Amino acid sequence: MSASVTDIDARRRWMSVLAKAEADELESVWRELPATPDYRLLRGPEVGLVMVCGRAGGTGTRFNLGEMTVTRCTVELPGGRVGHAYVRGRRPRHAELSAVLDAMLQDPVRAAAGAQSVVERLATAQARRRRAAEARTARTRVEFLTLVRGEE
Amino acid sequence: MLRGLADPVGDGQMIFRAVLQAISRPGCIVAVPGPLEVPPPLHPAAAAFCLALVDFEASLWLDRAARTTAVIEYLRLHSGALIVDAPGTASFALIADVSAMPALDAFPLGTDEEPERSATLILQVASLHAGDGRRPTGPGVAGETRLRADGLPPAVWSEIRDNHAAFPRGVDLVLVAGARLAALPRTTRVDL
Repeated sequence: MSASVTDIDARRRWMSVLAKAEADELESVWRELPATPDYRLLRGPEVGLVMVCGRAGGTGTRFNLGEMTVTRCTVELPGGRVGHAYVRGRRPRHAELSAVLDAMLQDPVRAAAGAQSVVERLATAQARRRRAAEARTARTRVEFLTLVRGEE
Repeated sequence: MLRGLADPVGDGQMIFRAVLQAISRPGCIVAVPGPLEVPPPLHPAAAAFCLALVDFEASLWLDRAARTTAVIEYLRLHSGALIVDAPGTASFALIADVSAMPALDAFPLGTDEEPERSATLILQVASLHAGDGRRPTGPGVAGETRLRADGLPPAVWSEIRDNHAAFPRGVDLVLVAGARLAALPRTTRVDL
């Protein structure tokens, strides 16, 4: 089964939204879903470490920033669709629900029946939190002038 | 897709311990805990070996019989193994059909300076029996051990003899049947 680039982009987006959701948010949207499938766990949820890599500047060579704890999970829905999730920290329930939602979102019927609106609600909440955080930090922003270029 | 080990850490350690026992006592048959589900044509012990010992830093070659979509998906999900196309680049090889297997020297044999750069081969046979059959001798074999591997062609036995003759180079063999396995490392001599 080959996926088009837009499919991959769409999946990348919802996996990111699901991973960044707060655990209680995810739990409450899960409870409000009209129908939840009987899924089975193929792997995990299990906790492990991943190495986070970084680059200094845009062109710097890669370096190891440090290890972080990650929980991953893989589930299968009755139709055979497989969902994966990797979330930060020790959060088995979060990983499990995200994997189930990932599998549901790959199915156009299930996506339309509530799973897609779950992602939009989570994304809206995340955008709101981000704007609030940006507004808080903006108040302490310091504007520097570049003296050498003689601006102003 | 299928589920792997019920307890990846605990079962993995028990499988590792059983394989260590088998390799240090060549010709002895040991039982290993199996995964929850195993895709055909893999035997439970062969799947268990791969899930416990093969990971993303190890390369695995599958013979034609084992190279099915279900097996590849299963091993990728549960072991992260790098599946390779050429036997000569594999650090592990899983052979489901021993009647059509490549020659042992098609796999990496290591060098005299670096004998550890050799492959470990998992050979699936119809059944394993202790008490009659071939007589392995060498380090780790106390007194007399007998091992019969039904389904292993005579030509492979003569290759196993030659494999020992090339020591310290050579491959290490793990024979698997059902949920049990026995090892014939390159230190073991098996007379015809």
